[in-house]
Amino acid sequence: MSAQTKQFKVIGQRLQRPDGIDKVTGRARYGADIDAAGMLHGKILRSPHAHARILSIDTSAAEQLNGVMAVITRADFPTPHKGFEDVQDNCMAGDRVLYDGHAVAAVAATSKHIAKQAIKLIKVQYQVLPHVTDVEQAIQPDAPVVHSGLVSRRVPKGFSENVVRYSSFGHGDIETGFKAADAVLERTYKTEATHQGYIEPHACMASMGLDNRADMWVCTQGHFWIRNMCAGVMAMESASLRVTASEIGGGFGGKTTVFIEPVVLALAKKSGRAVKMVMTREEVLRATGPTVSTMMHVKVGMNKAGRITATYAKLFYQAGAYKQATVDFGAMPAFAPYALENVKTEGLDVITNRPRTASYRAPGAPPACFAAESAIDELCQELGLDPMEVRLINAAKGGTKSSYGPTFEDHGLIQCLEAAKAHPHWQAPLEINQGRGLAAGFWFNFGGETCVSVFLNNDGSVTVTEGNPDIGGSRASISMMVAEELGIPYEQVRTTVTDTGSLGPNEPTHGSRVTFAVGLAAIKSARAIIDEIRARLARMWEVDVTDVVWQDGAAHYTGNKAGTFEPLDLRQVADIANNLGGPIAGHHEANAEGAGVSFGVHIADTEVDPETGFTSVKRYTVIQDAGKAIQPDYVEGQLQGGAVQGIGWALNEEYVYGEDGCLQNTGFLDYRIPVASDLPMIDTVIVEVPNPGHPFGVRGVGETPIVPPLAAIANAVSRACGKRQVDLPMSPPKVLASMQKA
Amino acid sequence: MQYIAPTTSAAAVAALAACNGDARLLAGGTDILVRLQADLVEPDLLVDIKHIVACQHITEDASGFIIGAAVPSAQLGEHARLSQVWPGIVEGMGLVGSTQVQGRATLTGNLCNASPAADGVPAMVAAGATACVVGPNGTRQLAVEDIPTGPGQISLANNEMIESFSLPPRPPRSSDAYIRFIPRTEMDIAVVGAAVNLTLDETGTCIAACVVLGAVGPTFITVNAAAEALIGSQVDEAALQAVQNACSTAATPISDKRGTAEFRKHTAGVIARRAAIVAHSRALA
Repeated sequence: MSAQTKQFKVIGQRLQRPDGIDKVTGRARYGADIDAAGMLHGKILRSPHAHARILSIDTSAAEQLNGVMAVITRADFPTPHKGFEDVQDNCMAGDRVLYDGHAVAAVAATSKHIAKQAIKLIKVQYQVLPHVTDVEQAIQPDAPVVHSGLVSRRVPKGFSENVVRYSSFGHGDIETGFKAADAVLERTYKTEATHQGYIEPHACMASMGLDNRADMWVCTQGHFWIRNMCAGVMAMESASLRVTASEIGGGFGGKTTVFIEPVVLALAKKSGRAVKMVMTREEVLRATGPTVSTMMHVKVGMNKAGRITATYAKLFYQAGAYKQATVDFGAMPAFAPYALENVKTEGLDVITNRPRTASYRAPGAPPACFAAESAIDELCQELGLDPMEVRLINAAKGGTKSSYGPTFEDHGLIQCLEAAKAHPHWQAPLEINQGRGLAAGFWFNFGGETCVSVFLNNDGSVTVTEGNPDIGGSRASISMMVAEELGIPYEQVRTTVTDTGSLGPNEPTHGSRVTFAVGLAAIKSARAIIDEIRARLARMWEVDVTDVVWQDGAAHYTGNKAGTFEPLDLRQVADIANNLGGPIAGHHEANAEGAGVSFGVHIADTEVDPETGFTSVKRYTVIQDAGKAIQPDYVEGQLQGGAVQGIGWALNEEYVYGEDGCLQNTGFLDYRIPVASDLPMIDTVIVEVPNPGHPFGVRGVGETPIVPPLAAIANAVSRACGKRQVDLPMSPPKVLASMQKA
Repeated sequence: MQYIAPTTSAAAVAALAACNGDARLLAGGTDILVRLQADLVEPDLLVDIKHIVACQHITEDASGFIIGAAVPSAQLGEHARLSQVWPGIVEGMGLVGSTQVQGRATLTGNLCNASPAADGVPAMVAAGATACVVGPNGTRQLAVEDIPTGPGQISLANNEMIESFSLPPRPPRSSDAYIRFIPRTEMDIAVVGAAVNLTLDETGTCIAACVVLGAVGPTFITVNAAAEALIGSQVDEAALQAVQNACSTAATPISDKRGTAEFRKHTAGVIARRAAIVAHSRALA
């Protein structure tokens, strides 16, 4: 039975979230809520310079302070396992600090106050070096170099050594395509770095025994990766470190790597005590993993009929102080919504004296989509074409060769565009100083390494054990899929996120993978339980296993002795399981394949104050293909959340660096994420074109919704104020200056 | 660090005088507690003035309003008569922080924190408010406009405290307004702020006015040229344009993470003009 025609009993309902009551009553335990007896408090000393050589570190006064139990520097870390050198260097600086906020030393003390005092007693001698934080400056041949000798062979000549990687994608011949165009538009776009802005700061508590076996409790999106990275940085065996994830107050990609965790482990090792560390907001902004900042050259050709004849993009992504591949994930999806004969994208990875970037929801895609969709919108204006029709004319379909290589399976872009066109928002009248922006966006989605176990308990209830911290409602969705498969009520299933000692490896909650991949593994685990029950009942009934079927939550005998055996439901099976060979469990381990791509279409209405350049978002609608929405509330929440974060990126969020290379806005006062009163209610439309790679048709939905908003808002603001916006964020001073320009 | 909560201003001032180290006053605490958490200050003594009766109330008599130094913003907003007579002062202070912060934050703290961007201050200056300052040698009246002297700097001595503010009696057809510009809609700090206080005669002619800018200089800026443009006018388009021009000219902002100097100069005029329109319509109402 195909997913489309299947009648679901549990899936698709708006059922109660299992973590809701705990979160609103305060019973849920977040990272900072985890304590241990005799626990010490850790604190990190951070670089006040953007780039400097560390000449000496004198920790003696700090060590002598009463209550200080350990002081560490890089000298206390072992040689890391191969491949973890950069991670270690980012967690604790070696002979150079590479950005403002880079960790230099750390202490563990009997109180937070003493730890703070001790930090002030550490004397560091720096030799300040020239720095560079801006992407455009960093690529100039005479720019200060962050690391020498990292430049890959494919990087074109003419840049500084900060341009370290080069990638290119596409097909056809763009020059031929541009010649066929009636209009060709070339623009340079810029975006500033943003932060995920998760409300819960990083927090971690760890202890290590004299045998070097350790336990850690941490706020993370992926405790298996935390374990692997800590083991790599601390040169340990993975098995000797058991990591438990706390509840999580947001991550958005920023909590898929380590910052304080190896430092806490090193402090626990040196002090012989449990050590806890909680970052301040200032530390989070200065020294975790923000996004890239970018400079993007885009060229698009279009004919009078609205057909795109060629597209080209050259993307420079500033990725912080270490080599990253984020730019590839801008170059690949930039033009993915379109069926193109001629497309070329190039990505250049640029290092600077900024914190090492981390993932943020569809990492790399939002800036590239902003540039591509802005250029297309401007061409629509130039040629007098309807931006919706142009997107429909050019939309990629199942079977289209994508802009980054592979051929698409069936997906819902056309259906999203049709739904957008039919939505009342698209036809609603606009008032003076208002403009409407449209943008389409794409994300790959991902499956990856997944291990799940499902247990039938003695009373017939079901425990699902999985290894992915629940950020977007995955425990509810996974319980629902298992309940659906077993034919039992949702309330009979509880899904638990377990520690690294209880399951095989799981990739983090990233890549919009969990409802898809963990759901898939949970369904297969449930099927293993069903098969085990059928086999055992066939033995008990002394019948052929093929005559025992699982239907509507019970085993039925369907052979020629029908009527002889009463059906047995799950609770009845559990009751006799012990006599039939013992406990029943199912498990599934795999690299989940077949994560379906997801497209979204966003419509934004903005009003620009002509006297101040202030933009208000008047109306916003998200239309996205979810494949199959398991729990629609959560899907809508993802669509709204992605839109809101994208609106923040478009309008006011930015990393502001001073001439000294230091971050100037280290708090939520001046790092301006949107507040509730800044936003209209975000309207959502879920389109369901099933993913053939999932039994219920699920596509990941978490990342796609942050891809189009930068472009949708930019197109809306450009149309509202009559000046094309090419520089994010579109803060009032910038928009006003553009309007005052002749 | 020692914390005390005296019940009289005299006791508070005596404690300030007796302290050899860094002594700080605490009203709502919405600035000092944040600074303590951020490790920016480490006072030896914190003197909480919330238990001093003279600091706790809003009163009105023939000579105008008296607002206790520890009265939180939420209470200003709930005071119907004050909100009717001095809506600009109430709305300025009402922009500070969140609902929770409003339950604590005071005009006194907003003034003495001496941020150039303080939302509570321009309307107080425009109103001609005075502070009742208590020190070891007794009490003195000080104009609010004479208190901030620069970013983080005030003219009060370390052993002095503000007990209350006085607002002058109000002629008929008077009102005020405060508007700020921020890149968001709340929970932010003024990039530009402007207060306008004015009085009309029976024919609608403006007979008294004061225009004060915030966040566009080291401290607030009183723009006499803008007031002069309003006085004698019907607060018509020509007068409003003159207010806008005068305020843009008078603003001396810097470029920083909150906006460029050019933007702030321009916007100071726009916001002052809008504040004048609101104050005018309130005075007519």
